[in-house]
Amino acid sequence: MPLLKNGKLANDPWTHVADEVAIPASGPVIVGLKRWREERDALIKRKDPVGVRLQSDHTAGDIADDLEHLGVVALAFPVFKDGRAYTNARRLRERFGYRGEVRAIGNVLRDQYLFMQRCGFDALEVKEGETEQDFQRATGAITVFYQPAADNRQTVMRKRHREAAGG
Amino acid sequence: MYRYDPLDQRLVGERVEQFRDQVARRMAGEITEDEFKPLRLMNGLYIQLHAYMLRIAIPYGMLSSTQLRKLAHIARTYDRGYGHFTTRQCIQFNWLKLEDTPDILAELAEVQMHAIQTSGNSFRNITADQYAGVAADEIEDSRIWAEIIRQWSVLHPEFSFLPRKFKIAVTGSPNDRTAAKFHDIGVILKKNDAGETGFEIIIGGGQGRTPMIAQTVREFLPRHDLLSYLEAIMRIYNLMGRRDNIFKAKLKILVYALGIDEMQKLVEEEWRQIKDGPLKLPQAEIDRVAAHFAPPPHEMAESDARAFDVAKFESPAFARWARTNVALHKQPGYAIVNLSLKPLDVPPGDATAEQMDAVADLADQYSFGEIRVTHEQNLVFAHVKEADLYRLWRALDEIGFATPNLSLIGDMICCPGLDYCGLANARSIPVAQRIGKRFADLDRQLDIGELRLKISGCINACGHHHVGHIGILGVERKGEEYYQITLGGNPAMDATIGDVVGPAFSSDDVVDAVEAVVTTYVTLRADGERFLDTYRRLGAEPFKERLYPEKTDAAA
Repeated sequence: MPLLKNGKLANDPWTHVADEVAIPASGPVIVGLKRWREERDALIKRKDPVGVRLQSDHTAGDIADDLEHLGVVALAFPVFKDGRAYTNARRLRERFGYRGEVRAIGNVLRDQYLFMQRCGFDALEVKEGETEQDFQRATGAITVFYQPAADNRQTVMRKRHREAAGG
Repeated sequence: MYRYDPLDQRLVGERVEQFRDQVARRMAGEITEDEFKPLRLMNGLYIQLHAYMLRIAIPYGMLSSTQLRKLAHIARTYDRGYGHFTTRQCIQFNWLKLEDTPDILAELAEVQMHAIQTSGNSFRNITADQYAGVAADEIEDSRIWAEIIRQWSVLHPEFSFLPRKFKIAVTGSPNDRTAAKFHDIGVILKKNDAGETGFEIIIGGGQGRTPMIAQTVREFLPRHDLLSYLEAIMRIYNLMGRRDNIFKAKLKILVYALGIDEMQKLVEEEWRQIKDGPLKLPQAEIDRVAAHFAPPPHEMAESDARAFDVAKFESPAFARWARTNVALHKQPGYAIVNLSLKPLDVPPGDATAEQMDAVADLADQYSFGEIRVTHEQNLVFAHVKEADLYRLWRALDEIGFATPNLSLIGDMICCPGLDYCGLANARSIPVAQRIGKRFADLDRQLDIGELRLKISGCINACGHHHVGHIGILGVERKGEEYYQITLGGNPAMDATIGDVVGPAFSSDDVVDAVEAVVTTYVTLRADGERFLDTYRRLGAEPFKERLYPEKTDAAA
């Protein structure tokens, strides 16, 4: 699965480890929430970094107390129209101040890159064949933003009322 | 009315180009229909029974004459010469070609219109009171707040993939004309004890297969907190609303499952975390938007009440129209005029390109170039001088929009039904037309009085049958159309959901059944009672006896 990190195709240093598969001795790994909870102490002691994968029925709160130990939080889109991960991403960034990688996995479609970026995703596992140009086009198609979100784009409100508004 | 600033304008322009690219990718076969579907739905483009249907947003029902002429042009150029106004203050064109849609959207952008989010599981068109700004009973102009909510809801990055479509209505008047209690969120303008304007927020209303009346989640919300509070509600819904079953995915089901107290606790907790963040509305923005809705320059000249009275005396037909279709304006000497889009033999809510052009001209001449679309599928001129009423009536009569039937049985709400819609189980337009014919006598309609009849061609209830004084729901059994009758529904602040009276009627019998209901009411009503009042006083029994005589006999 190609990885777009901050809009650039990048080598993915992370390995997704399924729940029933043994965790490799070295190298960065992403594990499921259940695994994380069961093997938390051992995983924290691990030399190489660890990330956690949240399904769409998990919430950012499920992992909020452990964020200092995590290099990646991967949020799943089982289907593109399951929009729960957008809220989870914003909560990770805005409420819990998480600065590590927030990665979109699953049914990640080009026409949603912009929404994902705005909600705080900085890494996307995309369909085979997607290019950096596709990313540029998708995230650059709209340049007017009414809502404050987890990105640093200036909102319409801010542009209209530079002094008055916060966002 | 609201005029886009350069930022608003740029957004709709960019959205057109984005969609043009998506259509091009589809036409070139780069993406499949399955992949294209969510993209076209984000832009109000459906595939119906016969062709593509495009639904265009008319935010809170406000149109300028320029915009209406553009809709007429689209009807003529790209469609079959007519359009259909919907119960959500939108307009639909039913016979479009996919390859034309980017150009149509570009033409709409020229006049500050769009089709963004008129379908799909996100915020739909924000609706408000068609009498906003002119109603004598209003606390404050609801359009200001509807516009502020509209902007926040457009391409919201977090809430574009909700469990289900999401509808918000704003009302500024205690006499609600928006059916706020049947929306996912109702925003009701209200004054607190200190005399400050704010909002009561109600949530979890809706129609469809599980009709529910919205409940209060907050009694009074200060105005600067509107968007943060809405965002808190949306966040809870986005995370907790059901996604496993489309029929249980609406906010109303979540509110019902949790109970309003628990829902309120969750919303308030979320809100406390974000209320003092960047969503807090700056006064400068409220003032900026409010300035767009300043009243037009009414002439303060003395009311020409005498000429109006004389005209009514001399023309009984005019007097009848003035009685049913003209409403009180807060400015003496002015009136609110309702254009009935419910003449006999035309599907309720339809207008031809020629009619749209004529209405635009009349709006320029008589109502400051402004037109409003109502959720009851009629149009409104909000600022007509009383002295002009007679001339306007003559002109409206010529184009077929002066039927004096507002709020009477002829003023039906009716969904497109099986004649157009891919979801429908039964036809609804022909039933509306047959009922219209049966009650064609306008004197009889007037004698029957206020009677809201609403027809849906399927359980999705786009025709609002649950809240009709008389509701008709089309169902299909073994390939045949049947019609279930409900009585006593009401969309206003004293909301009720209609009661099913008994087994459904065949298409042949349903008009007789409606007549039996009406006759029963006329026989039993007390002085001054509307249909709804009589029904509330007596209940369903006398109507059932009349509708199902054999059954009642057998039981006796």
